[in-house]
Amino acid sequence: MKVAIQTKNNIVYITIQGSIDSNTAGELQSRIMEELVSLNRVIMDLTNVGFLSSAGLRVLLMLYRQLNSNGGKMLLVNVSEEICDIMSMTGFINFFELYSSIEEAEKKFKLT
Amino acid sequence: MSALDNRIDFYPTNEYKGIKYRRGRVLPFGATLVPNGVNFSVFSSAATSCTLVLFNKNEEIPYAEIPLPDEFRVGNVYAIIVFGLDYENIEYGYRMDGPYDPQNGHRFDKQAVLSDPYAKAIGGRDRWRDDSNLKRNYPFRSRLVFDDFDWEEDNPLETPMEDLIIYEIHVRGFTSHPSSGVRHRGTFAAIREKIPYLRDLGINCVELMPIYEFDEFEHSRTNPDTGDLLVNYWGYSTLNFFAPKAGYAATGKYGMAVDELKTLIKELHRNGIEVILDVVFNHTAEGDHHGPTISFRGIDNKTYYMLTPDGYYFNFSGTGNTLNCNHPVVRNTVLDCLRYWASEYHIDGFRFDLASILGRAQDGSPLNNPPLLESLAHDPILAKCKLIAEAWDAGGLYQVGAFPAYGRWAEWNGKYRDTVRKFLKGDHNTVGQLSQCMQGSPEMYLHRGTTAGINFITCHDGFTLYDLFAYNEKHNWANGENNQDGCNDNFSWNCGWEGETDDTAVNLLRHRQIKNALTILMLSQGVPMILMGDEMGRTQKGNNNTYCHDSDFNWLDWSLVRENFDLFSFARHIINFRRQHPILRSKEHYCNRDYKESGYADITFHGTKAWHADWSESNTVFAFMLDGHQAKNGFVKDDAIYVAANMHWDALDFELPQLSENRKWHLSVNTSMVPPETFYPLNSEPVLENQSGFIVGGRSVIVLIGK
Repeated sequence: MKVAIQTKNNIVYITIQGSIDSNTAGELQSRIMEELVSLNRVIMDLTNVGFLSSAGLRVLLMLYRQLNSNGGKMLLVNVSEEICDIMSMTGFINFFELYSSIEEAEKKFKLT
Repeated sequence: MSALDNRIDFYPTNEYKGIKYRRGRVLPFGATLVPNGVNFSVFSSAATSCTLVLFNKNEEIPYAEIPLPDEFRVGNVYAIIVFGLDYENIEYGYRMDGPYDPQNGHRFDKQAVLSDPYAKAIGGRDRWRDDSNLKRNYPFRSRLVFDDFDWEEDNPLETPMEDLIIYEIHVRGFTSHPSSGVRHRGTFAAIREKIPYLRDLGINCVELMPIYEFDEFEHSRTNPDTGDLLVNYWGYSTLNFFAPKAGYAATGKYGMAVDELKTLIKELHRNGIEVILDVVFNHTAEGDHHGPTISFRGIDNKTYYMLTPDGYYFNFSGTGNTLNCNHPVVRNTVLDCLRYWASEYHIDGFRFDLASILGRAQDGSPLNNPPLLESLAHDPILAKCKLIAEAWDAGGLYQVGAFPAYGRWAEWNGKYRDTVRKFLKGDHNTVGQLSQCMQGSPEMYLHRGTTAGINFITCHDGFTLYDLFAYNEKHNWANGENNQDGCNDNFSWNCGWEGETDDTAVNLLRHRQIKNALTILMLSQGVPMILMGDEMGRTQKGNNNTYCHDSDFNWLDWSLVRENFDLFSFARHIINFRRQHPILRSKEHYCNRDYKESGYADITFHGTKAWHADWSESNTVFAFMLDGHQAKNGFVKDDAIYVAANMHWDALDFELPQLSENRKWHLSVNTSMVPPETFYPLNSEPVLENQSGFIVGGRSVIVLIGK
């Protein structure tokens, strides 16, 4: 798994490549948490994520809870159909907003 | 590092071939995620040593075997914390050394890798009927699960027992048929897609046939006539009591069955539907002394099983072995298991398969005061759970009406089933018994109230409701047992032709009988249960024991909703009729008195002449009236309800009891009519022109409401 993080206009952009599972979940969580000290709006690009395991979904949910408690928000971009299906069957989907492009997600942040 | 991370037991003390570990915590049993590692704990009363065996998922050979040092044992419990495990991708098991001395109850086998009796998930059958690892060594390996599901505001619903309407579901059977139109057929996720249907039907509780992990390939064989593979479809053969059946989850192959099942339960709750599990604690999948050693036999045979004096297995379950439920350790296991499902999965209740076994002592004799049943009844965590017994076993114990209840336990009312069936087919000498059934069987449950009885006419075991009126005899040839299996006393009647027919009169009568049956069921005091698909005329082609068929025999064909829309719409009506009328859902029995001084007793019995019930042996008609002033012990006011059931072949003129207070009789149901006159929508019932009499068709039931 590779993670690229950059900050623009008070939004944290996270781009992930690879699988998020028990081997990578811990690293992902700590990397993102460092960035969230001062900012609370996140756009996570999952275009190149092939698989999200149970541990991976839990990292997303922990980030969601963390951001929520700070009045922040995390938007997911380009979630594959298979991951979307898994998220729906395991109930995780109810916690997230999904967008098909970064521009759409940005629009959402600009509107709110 | 936060203060909480700063504990010395978060770090290893020992190392073995590169794996770091330390002494573990003996409680809780099973494998628990702890900071930096996993705590493993297992008990055995007679093992001489214990080795933890670790596999990478899907690999044949273990990657590590860690013998537990004797100082890691407290009493008879071995515990170890192993650090740095890839908890999503490992599987584990135990090797237990100890005596092989069957005569004294011990069958230790150090060659076997045993699954953990407290494992929260079991690998090996991740996809239904996936035979790719059938020949694998130690196919059933224990796995770790996350227990941090986000339930948000969800809790068990605690619907009052008397308000329940139970719908018995087989997870695969409900949606496996292509007509179900769901994304992932035969799964927990698919049931979720059908919630709108369940709501529309009006039921408020689903009872799931066994969902503990089992092996569908157990005793599988090919039917010589058809070439079909016959499997352990029903699943009454538990591999592990804490693990959900992974093959029932669309996400089982990703190891997410736990989350998928919890999501289903959460969503059912959100829609006002409770979840009861059909649990099998009477035996395990290890069979008798010829069976495989998977877990319990190799960990602690003498503790987990009831053994004969010479060390063989008692067989009160009819399946080879009997769980030693009243052994103090096993009792705790059962309790731990139910507490786990109630608290971790928010399960609303349990139905115990062959529950009479749970009341047997370790030598098999029935106990007067079975400690397991008593503990369950008084358990603080299970305090609001429904506890329902199948109050008999395969060893000849039959306790319907006499199951040790401790003020909590309800029973599947087998007498109700038989009596209603006999009445519907026009047998003589049934009206007296039927009157008891309609009142919630006070002759059995006088001091336990109406909710001691789960009323049912059909369940997974036996004919479907349609087949009850289409077959005189069982037709179990497809089971490959020469039609010797399955019950012979079905009290069924084929309405004039055995099996399918084009004869309109026969088919009309069958539909009418189904409506009669549903009406009696929904208008009886007690807790009604409907078998999945009976509301749309599901058939098993006369097979009354379909335990082995993963096929159309068991898969619900959803096109029947359209084909038999008269049945479906009727079932929906009569279920919602029950829900609208509190007088049908009393917790306490009627007392045959007018304690509200309304001029009528709470229940009165009638015949073709009002106020004159005919209890004679040859009589086949029965009518009763409920006085709405006395609903819910007089705390709620309801309409009056009059029901007349005529199981004579010809129409009969019934004189109606007269109503007071200018109330009039209105027609809700008349099963002798064809749609749209079989029933009238709630609150739109037409007033009867003739308030003093009603001609009830042959083999028909009417329901009137007085308002």
